[in-house]
Amino acid sequence: MRNRKRVGWHRYVNGVVLATIVTALFVILPLYWLIASSFKAPLDVGTTQLFPNPISGANYSQAFKGYDFGIYFRNSLIVTIVATALVLILGTMAGYALGRLPMRGKFTTLVILLMISVFPEVAVIAPLFLLMKEIGWLNSYQALILPYTAFNLPFAIWILRNYMLGIPKEMEETGRIDGAGPLRTVWSIVLPQALPGLFTAGIFCFTACWTEFLMALTFNDANNFRTIPVGISDFGGNFQVPYGTIFAASVVAVVPIGILVFIFRKFVISGLTSGAVKG
Amino acid sequence: MATVSLEGINKVYENGFHAVKDLSVDIADGEFMVLVGPSGCGKTTALRMVAGLEDITSGVLRIGGKEANDETPKERDIAMVFQNYALYPHMTVAENIGFALKLRKLPKDQLNAKVKEAADILGLTDWLDRKPGQLSGGQRQRVAMGRAIVREPSVFLMDEPLSNLDAKLRVQMRAEVARIQRRIGVATIYVTHDQVEAMTMGDRVAVLRAGILQQCDTPQNLYDSPDNIFVAAFIGSPAQNLYDAVVAEGARSVKLGSQEVELPEAVVLKRPGLRAYAGKALVVGLRPEHLPAAAPGYTGPQLAGDVDLVEALGSELVVHFTIDAHRVIAEGAVEKDEAAATASGEGVARVAAKTPVKVGDRMTFGVDVEDMQFFDPKTGLAIRG
Repeated sequence: MRNRKRVGWHRYVNGVVLATIVTALFVILPLYWLIASSFKAPLDVGTTQLFPNPISGANYSQAFKGYDFGIYFRNSLIVTIVATALVLILGTMAGYALGRLPMRGKFTTLVILLMISVFPEVAVIAPLFLLMKEIGWLNSYQALILPYTAFNLPFAIWILRNYMLGIPKEMEETGRIDGAGPLRTVWSIVLPQALPGLFTAGIFCFTACWTEFLMALTFNDANNFRTIPVGISDFGGNFQVPYGTIFAASVVAVVPIGILVFIFRKFVISGLTSGAVKG
Repeated sequence: MATVSLEGINKVYENGFHAVKDLSVDIADGEFMVLVGPSGCGKTTALRMVAGLEDITSGVLRIGGKEANDETPKERDIAMVFQNYALYPHMTVAENIGFALKLRKLPKDQLNAKVKEAADILGLTDWLDRKPGQLSGGQRQRVAMGRAIVREPSVFLMDEPLSNLDAKLRVQMRAEVARIQRRIGVATIYVTHDQVEAMTMGDRVAVLRAGILQQCDTPQNLYDSPDNIFVAAFIGSPAQNLYDAVVAEGARSVKLGSQEVELPEAVVLKRPGLRAYAGKALVVGLRPEHLPAAAPGYTGPQLAGDVDLVEALGSELVVHFTIDAHRVIAEGAVEKDEAAATASGEGVARVAAKTPVKVGDRMTFGVDVEDMQFFDPKTGLAIRG
């Protein structure tokens, strides 16, 4: 009787559920290890202890007091927020133009944008370094904000353009008839409907800027301008690696992204699947 | 409130496509004007030019007597209802209806009062806090209407507003839209491809084909005396039977295939132009209801056909029959598929429900020659004077 209906807890045990659990554990375990280790006493870090005992905040205070993690955090926030804001503003305008306005060369522009977005960062880092040095931008916020904006714009434009395409033309025409000017139309009618796209582009851009390492290391090596990834990599000295402190700082670094994704998760999912199904 | 007049309006697109040719129509204040025609005939383009969403290539558009060619949609003081409603999905019903008033910076209490009044007229009071996504098709349609009437515009424009509704709701909304239009008494231009909608709703109907106005008249006049074959074939459901025929010498009768239908003197007197066609070919138009079943012993003008199909509608029978005359199909007046499916010589008659008839019978129809229509086969124009 292979088809007999399962009863009791047997109902919940089948191949799909097991596979899901294994996959979830595979993803979550390293994260758990990171968080658990960050709360261990400094001497317990690196042992096989599964749960921190005693729970200690020493690693965290070491990150903020022993190193300038507070400064790195501030720098990362400034660079990331400004770059993300710029990407969203420019991306919205470009996405609207490419999606809705009658203009020549749309397709070429989009293809070029796509090419730029897959361009390897490492290929441009040397010329960019020389350029930054020439104009005296090394060790400044704009040295990161500008390249971050440029590298993240193409993806944002693509996402936002697809969103704008999905908004019926009649919406804007109704707006015009109702007496809304172009700015009002974009602000009150188009943008609210493109919100999921805006959130998706925003979160992807935020994450990319927040975790970027190569440019941050190359352009901003002064302690006052280091971002979190560069800062953490510089923890410790020649003869020791303070794993506990690194873990604690990494946890703090992950928190903003976690919060963002958690709040906007519905929008992100709908943003990524828009255009997949007509409707 | 205002009149609208289109004087020799043309629309030529950048690619050279001439969508609307020399269109001249006057719409009186409070009049319900329907633009009807097959898809691609330029009716929506004409409407969009009146709305200001499309540039006018040449000609003059006057709204309320004032030239409006270069005015923005806002300045024209029009309201438009789109086929897909174009409701703002992120706003509630009340916000949707009140959006235009909000843009005019109307004080909040006045705005709310007007929105409520519009909602009352349309039966939307219970739905004001809902978003469009939570409404049914008919309710969305009403919100779109509400958004238009709340502004108290001088002109109402509607672009196939009922075509997204299912058949039953469409009939219901048809009456409702007409009722609301009468109630607010604003000049209205209504675009549709559905001739039934055009006939039932319009004070006057303008029939367009390939960008050219064919005829603009009251629904009854369009039906009774179409100016040309296209209008004759397009207006009416089931469509008019049009056959090639030859007029006998002296215009005493017309010959459809092998059958002769006599023309009483009165018919020819009414249309003296017919005499000129004696011995020549023309096109004869017969409405389905002008082919009643001939009573036994009937000796007047008649036509016999082989019955292919009988559709019982309860109130009447729609009888499809075949005769050996060549059926004329006005290009564009009927759907291509329908034209292809119609066999040469096929005709339709509406007969009384109790008529004993079955498929395969040879049936004799009395011909209502008084209401017969005649057209020139070359020009397609009606033969009257």
